[in-house]
Amino acid sequence: MSLWPMHRQATGRKRMADFFAMGGYGSYIWPGYAVFLIVLAIDAIAPRLRRKRVLAEVRGKLKRRQARETAA
Amino acid sequence: MNRLVLWFHKIGSPPTFYRIAGALAPWLFGLAILLGAFGLYGGLVLAPRDYQQGDAYRLIFLHVPCAWMSLFAYAFMAVNAFIALVWRIKLSEILAMASAPIGAAFTFITLVTGSLWGKPMWGTWWTWDARLTSELVLLFLYLGVIGLYHAIEDRRQAARAASFLALIGIVNIPIVHFSVNWWNTLHQGSTVRLMGPSKISSDMLWPLLTMALATHIWFFASLLARTRIGLLELDGGKDWARDVALADAPAGNGAKAHG
Repeated sequence: MSLWPMHRQATGRKRMADFFAMGGYGSYIWPGYAVFLIVLAIDAIAPRLRRKRVLAEVRGKLKRRQARETAA
Repeated sequence: MNRLVLWFHKIGSPPTFYRIAGALAPWLFGLAILLGAFGLYGGLVLAPRDYQQGDAYRLIFLHVPCAWMSLFAYAFMAVNAFIALVWRIKLSEILAMASAPIGAAFTFITLVTGSLWGKPMWGTWWTWDARLTSELVLLFLYLGVIGLYHAIEDRRQAARAASFLALIGIVNIPIVHFSVNWWNTLHQGSTVRLMGPSKISSDMLWPLLTMALATHIWFFASLLARTRIGLLELDGGKDWARDVALADAPAGNGAKAHG
């Protein structure tokens, strides 16, 4: 470990680069982790969107029924 | 009726389940994300390089937990499908149908990470090996259940037809699980065992088990979130669902609850 700050910075960058290189397998590891995170993010977000749609449908049905009852 | 049956009946009633699931789901999502971050840090940073596979083995921390989940979600779906068909319990129909897309997501991740792992280790993205083929069949079964559920107009009839398909598909589960023992092909055998010692060092095992726990918790978080919507959809005409819908409405846009 060198006491020179510039040298230390270079070591930090190299360690970072080593980490992302994954011993030469980075191009297999990182897409795998990306797919995992993206698919699970979709899994969490999709129901939220559907919830909005379902609630709007329930309100729509209720409104139509009330309109019918008022007319009758 | 004894107290347990009463309790069960109360939990299973849509408004109660909706409320409890709504209170639990955010905590489960949070816990799954925390554990997942911890497990991935352990797997990517702390765990040592494998002496045979180098860093390529680090896909195990996604591949194996997701593969376990692909089977777990199917078993969960099949048990609820069985209950739905025999006792016609509404909640079970919805639980079964809610687990299908989550199981499909985990199966998809399993296939993709397996492919990305196979290329550098076996030299091919895909092979018609027994384990890979049966896992692909599992994905098609999930898609079949989801497709059938959405192809039939009446929600309850749709759930029963899809539950029936889910039950037939359960023959595939032991085939996926035992395929590496029955046919000796490219896919390696089990690394982690319930009985007897696992063939993996402990600084690799704990991130793997942490990820397994995180994905299980995620499954239940997503399941509860999806089941709530299923209940709202099915009970759309009932008072409790209307109250939820009206409470959610943007100001000035709601109808009166009891008009």
